[in-house]
Amino acid sequence: MKMNTESNVYTIVYAVVMVIIVAVLLAVVNQGLKARQEANVRLDMQKQMLVALNQDLKNCDNPAALYDALVQDTLQMNADEKNADIIRFTVDGQTKYILRLHGQGLWGGIGGYLALNEDKNTIYGINFNHESETPGLGALIVEEDFRNQFKEKKIRKDGNIVSVAVMKQGKVCEAGADYQVDAVSGATITSTGVSDMLVSNLQEYSTFLMDSRVCPQEKASCNQQAACSQCGCDNCQNGCQDCCKDGCAQCCQNGCQDCACCNNGEKCCKDNNACCQNTEACCKNTDTCSEKKCETKQMED
Amino acid sequence: MALSKKSKEAFLGPLNVNNPVLVQILGICSALAVTVQLKPALVMGISVTLIVAMSNVVVSLIRKSIPTRIRIIIQLVVVAALVTIVSEVLKAFAYDVAMQLSVYLGLIITNCILMGRLEAYAMSNNAFDSLLDGLGNGFGYAWILVVVAFVRELLGSGKLLGYPVIPQWCYDHGYENCGMMLMPAMALILVGCIIWAHRAINDEKK
Repeated sequence: MKMNTESNVYTIVYAVVMVIIVAVLLAVVNQGLKARQEANVRLDMQKQMLVALNQDLKNCDNPAALYDALVQDTLQMNADEKNADIIRFTVDGQTKYILRLHGQGLWGGIGGYLALNEDKNTIYGINFNHESETPGLGALIVEEDFRNQFKEKKIRKDGNIVSVAVMKQGKVCEAGADYQVDAVSGATITSTGVSDMLVSNLQEYSTFLMDSRVCPQEKASCNQQAACSQCGCDNCQNGCQDCCKDGCAQCCQNGCQDCACCNNGEKCCKDNNACCQNTEACCKNTDTCSEKKCETKQMED
Repeated sequence: MALSKKSKEAFLGPLNVNNPVLVQILGICSALAVTVQLKPALVMGISVTLIVAMSNVVVSLIRKSIPTRIRIIIQLVVVAALVTIVSEVLKAFAYDVAMQLSVYLGLIITNCILMGRLEAYAMSNNAFDSLLDGLGNGFGYAWILVVVAFVRELLGSGKLLGYPVIPQWCYDHGYENCGMMLMPAMALILVGCIIWAHRAINDEKK
């Protein structure tokens, strides 16, 4: 029997069957490849962060292993922060923070990763990516020549976040030479986009950035989350208000790893949550050292 | 196995005399966009060839069952499904290339070469001839892309497939890469030059 391929019923059934077959096929392909694709996306992100950390990827066979070797932990940001978490790395024994950036260029989105030194002020390195900036002009922001300008620049001044301005060659911004880099000539809008991206994104991270000010001597001014971070406590959830009030020992007991508020270089001993001048000594010889130091500290208080 | 004249024509025609880019002026948009470097151009050429060939075969196999009124939609569904599969596979196995091709990979769906071949050839020929026709048109498109990308990458960034080929000696003596070559406009001009040469040669034959 020859079917009438022009009838309405046949057309509708044909369309439905076709769509179902294709949908099933695509779903199977998508599910089958998902794991690999996600691994690729993750690896790409890790590579970009490694570039921001001034790592030489060209002579690196296994970027994922290098990343794992450097990465330390992820700092949980407040719920109201729009940006993703800040990732802490240890490069050559020093702490570096990586902040994610996103903004607008000329033709599409631009983004990047900003690596800061432990002081949360000096730029250690930066990496940019873009969706569709003009090759040879705006796209030059990803090149080393442009990125290297950012090294050693500062982002904070007199307690404010001033960011780094991308200025036309020859112009000087009022904050000073430490706060500006040269724009890519011929790519004004992309350069302005980079500048704006830095300003707006750093504002979003302000809680994190401003908390790195020197911890005040007066314990009275230590309160809330800000104070907690000033003391170097990144993972204090509830005990923050008490963090500084009761001195370093209390700070340590609240789970703070590194009590900068002690002002005399004391560190928390992970074993018994006590304070100590010398973490290594403390932890090796828990009983004597930690007891003594913590008592001293509390007497001063 | 001797190929019939028609089969041979289906494969060889689009490579030169009836080239989709040079003669039919189809698929220009992606030719401009992905030819800054050789590698994405190669991948794009291979992807388009695969998709044209495969969709040609699929449509040719089901051509007798397709209701005429919705044939374009059915063709589109076939092409879109294949494009999606290729793009998923690339994302899984050649992530950086997939990122470079970005939207242009998805835009293969709208590449006029595909719809043109499906409608003009696959709908009225058997699967084997359609396969040859698809391969021919794909390669016809791919070689133009590769030629344009070769010139643009060589002159624009002094590299081929990402490897520097212009010796440092030249740069030391004042040679500079031609930034113009990186702009899409130069792809258009290069394609124009190829069309010019192509027409001149083929006119002489006649």
